Amino acid sequence: MHTNAKRWLMAALIASFVASYFSARFDQYYLGLAIDVGINVMLAVSLNLINGHTGQFSLGHAGFMAVGGFAAAKLTLLTSDAYFPLGLLLGGAVAALAGLIVGIPSLRLRGDYLAIVTLGFGEIIRVILQNSEFFGAATGLTGIPKLTTLCWTWGSAAIVVYVICSLVNSTYGLGFLCVHDDEVAAAASGINPVRYKVTAFVVGAFFAGVAGALYAHHKRVLQPDSFNFIKSIDIVVMVILGGMGRTTGVIIAAILLTLLPEFLRGFADYRMIIYSLMIIALMILRPQGLFHWTRKNAPNQ
Amino acid sequence: MDWFLQQFINGLALGSIYALIALGYTMVYGVLRFINFAHSDVLMLGAFAAYFIAPAAASIFGPQSYFGAFMVIMMAALICAAIGVTIEYLAYRPLRKRPKLTVLITAIGVSLFIEFTCQHKAVFGAETKPFPKLLPEQDFLLGGLTVNSNDLLVPLVTIMLLAVLWFIVQKTKIGTAMRAVSYNEQAASLMGVNVNRVITFTFAIGSALAAVAGILYAMKSPGIEPLMGIQPGLRAFIAAVLGGIGNLPGAALGGLVLGLLETFAGGIPSLSNYRDGIAFAILILILLFKPTGLLGKAQTEKV
Repeated sequence: MHTNAKRWLMAALIASFVASYFSARFDQYYLGLAIDVGINVMLAVSLNLINGHTGQFSLGHAGFMAVGGFAAAKLTLLTSDAYFPLGLLLGGAVAALAGLIVGIPSLRLRGDYLAIVTLGFGEIIRVILQNSEFFGAATGLTGIPKLTTLCWTWGSAAIVVYVICSLVNSTYGLGFLCVHDDEVAAAASGINPVRYKVTAFVVGAFFAGVAGALYAHHKRVLQPDSFNFIKSIDIVVMVILGGMGRTTGVIIAAILLTLLPEFLRGFADYRMIIYSLMIIALMILRPQGLFHWTRKNAPNQ
Repeated sequence: MDWFLQQFINGLALGSIYALIALGYTMVYGVLRFINFAHSDVLMLGAFAAYFIAPAAASIFGPQSYFGAFMVIMMAALICAAIGVTIEYLAYRPLRKRPKLTVLITAIGVSLFIEFTCQHKAVFGAETKPFPKLLPEQDFLLGGLTVNSNDLLVPLVTIMLLAVLWFIVQKTKIGTAMRAVSYNEQAASLMGVNVNRVITFTFAIGSALAAVAGILYAMKSPGIEPLMGIQPGLRAFIAAVLGGIGNLPGAALGGLVLGLLETFAGGIPSLSNYRDGIAFAILILILLFKPTGLLGKAQTEKV
């Protein structure tokens, strides 16, 4: 299993590098779309660790993305383009710190309370960004150099999928599933739910921050308002559609939901109406997600 | 001192509106143990119902008459009660025995569905519409204070509705049934309480209160639009948690406290930019230090 996963990771990294090498010949529109897909896969898979595997419900993923994006963009704007890789890490680190801060109140909260608190954190982050002159206040940051390439995006996406898959499939990672299934029982059998919940938030937020950094250097403009509640819902819909806790399904859902609005003309007007109906219908008829099939070697211990 | 009193009166009016909305959240939480995210959209629909009924009422009862305003509010409350009951029947009832998270996600879905359907140009459209004047408005001058007649009306209406609600919950048969279901659903149903009927009734009352709150809120704000319910809805939810969720006097108290805090913070120049974040900061603090709220009782978790 593990060597297999490593082989997949190497293959994905090489594929993204090769694809990136020829990217100058691609149509700019499709290239941009491919980068969008990569960023959304990162966001969805990292949120899946929190909402899916660990069974917490976060509505503030766009907030982590915003933190990472603004931190990384400010770094490249203040220094030079060469610091872009450092910016990715910095974005991730700052977002992870935000994740730690959100994770701590989650020790005492569960379910709907946690959802509201994460929503609140997302809003607070937005309000702070809107009011800080350092980050351009309400207009945000503009003129960010375009440094995100296909290689960076898909490579990062491959690493995110690899890290989260190996984390969840490791012996340590079984704890996430235990916390998801029954927190009280997990605590009774010697698993510290607090530690797992905070780990999930920190790891998930780190990758959301990296995704935000890539997003910033892809769109070249960052506005605090674009990281609102609706952006978080977009990511949540990907996770729900793909099936909470199913990495493959979530990746498929992220790809589909990024491409569908682009290819269906007139879809934009109805996008959120369809998303919301989809959420209701899935919850009533198929809460395990659309792309769900039974796992062959599901851990039974 | 004048500044203080002025903010106090404004805060009281805002807090009363929060209190009315918070009652709906807390009642539904009491019987079903989940946050009805769509509550804030029922509030918006109440304001829109009034917007469409008001011209008709004005032509029958004369413009800006008290009886006309009363009829508009009653009609909007009835419409919203029907909407609330429909939402419960279609979206929440099939999920009665499922995990809480499933119901929560559905509630978010319902909320988004109402918001974005109403924003579509074929329904209400996204632009802000001016809300018709239902009542003659007057500014009183008391000492150095300017008091708008609406700001006095809002707390009065709230107190009246609170009294009615208290009577329903404490003195009537259905109110007793509501309290029984909120205490222990299974035992209540074994005692012959029709749980479905109680839940339907709860949604009807909560949504009717939301409609009244929506109209009062619309009267104070520059106009109405399909997303107008989100902000007061979130604040009211925080008010419900602040007072102790599931606790009716707590919701009223939480609403008042939050309205006052927010108005005072909004009046201080260095804090006014952060006004949107203050309510959430309060929520996080209360959940960290006293998760049961001001008037809530601690519950031990049973396995």
